[in-house]
Amino acid sequence: MSSSVTKGRPQKSAAPRRAGDVIFSSISFSAAGLILATLAGVAIFLTVEGVPGILASPDEVKSGESFLPYVGPLVFGTLLAAIIALLIAVPVSIGVALFISHYAPRRLGSIFGYVIDLLAAVPSVVYGAWGIAFLAGKIQPIYEWLEKNLGFIPLFAGPASATGRTILTASIVLSLMILPIMTAICREIFLQTPRLHQEAALALGATRWEMARLAIFPYARSGIVSASMLGLGRALGETMAVAMVLSASGVVTFNLISSTNPSTIAANIALSFGEASGLTVNALVASGLVLFVITFAVNFVARAIVDRRKEFSGAN
Amino acid sequence: MTATLEPTAPRPGGGGDLHTKLSSNQLPRLLPWGVFVAALAIVLATVIANALGSDLPTTRIVLLVWAVQFLVPLLSAFVEGRRKAVDRLVTTFVVSAFTLALLPLGSIIYTVLDNGLPVLSGEFFTYSMRNVVGEGGGIYHAIVGTLLITGAAAVISVPIGLFTAIYVVEYGEGTRMARWIRFLVDVMTGIPSIVAGLFAYALFVLFFGEGVRMGIGGSVALSVLMIPVVVRSCEEMLKLVPNELREASYALGVPKWRTIAKVVVPTALAGIVTGITLAIARVIGETAPLLIIAGATDSVNFNLFGDRMATLPVFAYTSIRNPGVPPEFSLDRAWGAALVLLIIVMLLNLVARLVSFLFSPKGEK
Repeated sequence: MSSSVTKGRPQKSAAPRRAGDVIFSSISFSAAGLILATLAGVAIFLTVEGVPGILASPDEVKSGESFLPYVGPLVFGTLLAAIIALLIAVPVSIGVALFISHYAPRRLGSIFGYVIDLLAAVPSVVYGAWGIAFLAGKIQPIYEWLEKNLGFIPLFAGPASATGRTILTASIVLSLMILPIMTAICREIFLQTPRLHQEAALALGATRWEMARLAIFPYARSGIVSASMLGLGRALGETMAVAMVLSASGVVTFNLISSTNPSTIAANIALSFGEASGLTVNALVASGLVLFVITFAVNFVARAIVDRRKEFSGAN
Repeated sequence: MTATLEPTAPRPGGGGDLHTKLSSNQLPRLLPWGVFVAALAIVLATVIANALGSDLPTTRIVLLVWAVQFLVPLLSAFVEGRRKAVDRLVTTFVVSAFTLALLPLGSIIYTVLDNGLPVLSGEFFTYSMRNVVGEGGGIYHAIVGTLLITGAAAVISVPIGLFTAIYVVEYGEGTRMARWIRFLVDVMTGIPSIVAGLFAYALFVLFFGEGVRMGIGGSVALSVLMIPVVVRSCEEMLKLVPNELREASYALGVPKWRTIAKVVVPTALAGIVTGITLAIARVIGETAPLLIIAGATDSVNFNLFGDRMATLPVFAYTSIRNPGVPPEFSLDRAWGAALVLLIIVMLLNLVARLVSFLFSPKGEK
């Protein structure tokens, strides 16, 4: 299959093989192979270090639990935080992308795009510090209000955390961190909607919103899905912001605003790795392996969706 | 100030005298803009007034002017009909979403500047934290560590990433291997940073035993995160090089490897440099992997291959996490480090944009 058509490029079989050519092509081939080896290495080394942690008996690790009861609540917390973050980020990022691609003046659009990209440049530790110092304090009164007025919904049962460092706060910070990548992908796909579709809608008398609904969204649907899944992958693996903002106690609860919150896998590793020793380290590595498998699966599916539509959308 | 809040409603009969049967009623074109600009002005005035010492309830004012924005669609529902009103409502939501995304960015930059600027001083940049308790000390050791570890990560990642991109674009074009590499590199961009740290730890434990902490491990972890970014951006740039250039070079009898080294890569160089700079900007702020494998220390360490190494993000994190007694000095230093880190990252982003703007070939901007 390597002899398939190379789009008008000169066939290399015509030229004599020079030593430089052989060296150069083998260097680049081995670089590519090294990447595959790295990816395999991540899985292999995590497994090698993690398996003793999975098999460890409860009294050998610090948590005093065997692996499944230990990692279960963490997986729950990871999924909960990431899904809340996604629920916040999806509508906002679609709105922002639509604003940049179709509502803002064309010249300003790309500048606004850079500005949103700056959100991706902010280091996670800065997000964490901001979350503690600013957001948690500002949002705490809202939690009290939620408890008082919407306390009958289990999500807001309370009692409201006095510090505001709850899983909802952590999810809001997470949603900010995944906003740029989701916006970037949505924006690209919105911009690639065929002009004729849009103009046809407008010519039939559609308003701008009706044009978006009739021409842009049907075209961009799979792109939005994969952007959301990439955002989900990011949110699942984000560490520092959660580790800093959340005051976690490792419970399983859907109560979003109380002071007892589930922790996430990544945050738990960051918080306990420094003092861990012996099999506890292996258990932490094993939980990292679980996280790797989850994010790998999410990213794999998301990229597969993008790839399937690549010829139309050209996302990325 | 609140007087500007009231949008002036157009008299249904007033401006509509010229309407014929063919055209429907319309709101004045500038009305939504007027309401929006007025709202911005009020919020700005509030922020400035608060910065100057008054105590206005910012959150409530912001919510109030936001609510006022919805008067335009409401008015439109009466004047222009349902479809136009829905269109205006969506416009309001879309602009709100954008503003909502900008507010935290502004707030983050303001918070970090506000807390970090007073900390910056000559001592802060030239002292380490060795034997410092309470006041004083600085981030010299962390700056050294960040530069060394990130530099080493770039030295590892750039050749691997660039050559992989060359393979995918120049040699593997259309083969199954190239397709798989491209796909897996995409998947690799989603590896959580903490998993990269654990990978480096698990790798180094095999050679150095349990509890290993060294700077080069941090570089390896950062490389795992950096390589996919470098590959993607280099690949995009190499693809932009026109085929005519390659063919002209082949026609002159230049071997393929010299064509790549002397024609293809130099043509794409601006874009490649931009991509690498952005990749560095992405990993220089990473905390989690360095916390795992590089650890934290109070002393200067120039040796990548021995012992713990402090870095800016880890320094900021540990200063917040374990501030000691009294906590103020440590928290101040954390904000200072966060500010320095933010400045470095923003500068790298700016440099990347400038390089691509100034040096990219004509027509590729």
